[in-house]
Amino acid sequence: MSSAATVPAIEGTVSLDVPVERAFSVFTGSLGTWWPRDYHIGQADMADAIMEPHEGGRWYERGVDGSECDWGRVLAWEPPRRLVVTWQINGQWQYDPDPAHASEIEVRFTADGPERTTVDLEHRLLDRLVGGQAIYDAIRGGGGWSALLRSFAGAAAGAA
Amino acid sequence: MVTYGDAGLGLLGDPTRRAIFELLARRPHSVGELAGQLPVSRPAVSQHLRVLKDGGLVVSRAEGTRRVYQLNPEGLSAVRAYLDRVWDEALRSFHKAAEAAPTDPELEE
Repeated sequence: MSSAATVPAIEGTVSLDVPVERAFSVFTGSLGTWWPRDYHIGQADMADAIMEPHEGGRWYERGVDGSECDWGRVLAWEPPRRLVVTWQINGQWQYDPDPAHASEIEVRFTADGPERTTVDLEHRLLDRLVGGQAIYDAIRGGGGWSALLRSFAGAAAGAA
Repeated sequence: MVTYGDAGLGLLGDPTRRAIFELLARRPHSVGELAGQLPVSRPAVSQHLRVLKDGGLVVSRAEGTRRVYQLNPEGLSAVRAYLDRVWDEALRSFHKAAEAAPTDPELEE
């Protein structure tokens, strides 16, 4: 962890009644079936979300119009135990290719039994996302961030 | 089951609170201004503001005789709260998908 870290990592845990191999394959190979449709960055509605199954691979969304928007890169691909990907979406809700602005998501899959798996997720280095001041500026200027919130609030209201 | 060791979870889970948060993202507002733009009472707005303030997303300052609220200019906790929300929904959805997946072991890679 960087000593400059000021934003605590986000942590989540899920316990599943499935083998560890299945947990890993659904998380990575069927991303598009479970990723909430409301959370996408492309102009077009999201049709699918894809994670390329190797180190250095992309993970990205595909819109209903066929357009693709990157979310990050695969840093560690260790099926079925561990996965690390970057999350490089900035305050304007756009992909930021600069690795210095990449936050990281680590997912660990632990077999608690033949049909039982614990999945621990950590989204860390969130400071890097705001290192470029993009989100700060967006909030101050009422630009991308509030637009994002508007679309989020609208989507949430539509789902209610 | 999804658990978080974070008391901030749910700060933006309430639609009214999200609406207040969004209005404050555009510019600072007083309680009265917020209540005027939302279908909720001033006491309800105050209650939501208190929650947002306690969660570190919002700060307030005195401006003459009234109190004005704005997003925490650090922005960091706001971003974190938003992503917290994303993962909360995503992990719940993943949980359902994983347990609903076909049980044929040959499908495993």
